[in-house]
Amino acid sequence: MQPILIEHVQPVIEQFFGEDVYLHLETTNGAYANHNNEKVLTVNAYIRNGKVNFDSGKITGPGPYRVGLKIELGWIYAEGLTHWELDSSGRLLLAGHDAEGKLAVALQISRNPFE
Amino acid sequence: MNEHILVVFPHPDDEAFGVAGTIAQLTNRGVPVTYICLTLGEMGRNMGIPPFTTRESLPEIRKSELDQACKAVGITDLRRFGYRDKTVEFEDRDILAARILEVVEELKPSRIITFYPGYSVHPDHEATAEAVVHALSLLPENSRPELHCVAFARNTEEGIGKPDIVNDVSDVFDRKMDCIKAHKSQTDWLIKAIEQDPAMYEWAKKERFWVYKF
Repeated sequence: MQPILIEHVQPVIEQFFGEDVYLHLETTNGAYANHNNEKVLTVNAYIRNGKVNFDSGKITGPGPYRVGLKIELGWIYAEGLTHWELDSSGRLLLAGHDAEGKLAVALQISRNPFE
Repeated sequence: MNEHILVVFPHPDDEAFGVAGTIAQLTNRGVPVTYICLTLGEMGRNMGIPPFTTRESLPEIRKSELDQACKAVGITDLRRFGYRDKTVEFEDRDILAARILEVVEELKPSRIITFYPGYSVHPDHEATAEAVVHALSLLPENSRPELHCVAFARNTEEGIGKPDIVNDVSDVFDRKMDCIKAHKSQTDWLIKAIEQDPAMYEWAKKERFWVYKF
């Protein structure tokens, strides 16, 4: 993955406008968050292979970055994104890694279902 | 009964810190060890600085790391059950237990190693432990293998006391470290901790088991 540059990522987001695509959206502070620190709530959520269609959307922020994708009746939103990749299967992978290199948030778009 | 050990854990690397030395001692003695690993650890969080992998390519890395780890401690029979990381507790427990029981009936292991239900922190660990206990509870008492459990919840000793077995693995410590290092995408911090923190090093030289009583 590469550090995000808005001018590189925005055109890739736009390639998916108006198509049925598959979404992986995840945020996590790790299954051991509370085990490691009792004051911290273990909070993890993901959706994998949600079928969505958005006809507008942006990546914004000074870095880390935010992405908002407008779907028919609502929004897809992620904050804290730091790295991106258009992988060999043509999937847009966006992720936010913390200071220890751990994934904290991921937003991924694919024309084919994720495995 | 011939000695045969069956290890059941949900994630590649669950065997590394708490059990790898015990496994290496057993395989050194020629005792066969079978490892059922339920998932590929797809939802691991360590991606590296700079990131060396992605959410989508991590499973392949972890798959080959587990192969290396098995080699390091002499496991020749690895069975991947094909579940997905973080979802074991939502699967049908009876089906999972039946799949485990099928392997138990095939191998007739003398001992099974898994997590201790209620004291293993991660929901996948708990679900795995519960399925193993359920599977064994379906067997007549006299044909049940011993069940040795790993526990590390903060309230472990309050709940189930001190470990029944504290196994010194100093004699195979290099191989235990090879196993931990095989999972390097996820264990970098642990390798550093063991190498730099004497207390951690001492802790890693012992492996602790609670014998489950049905």
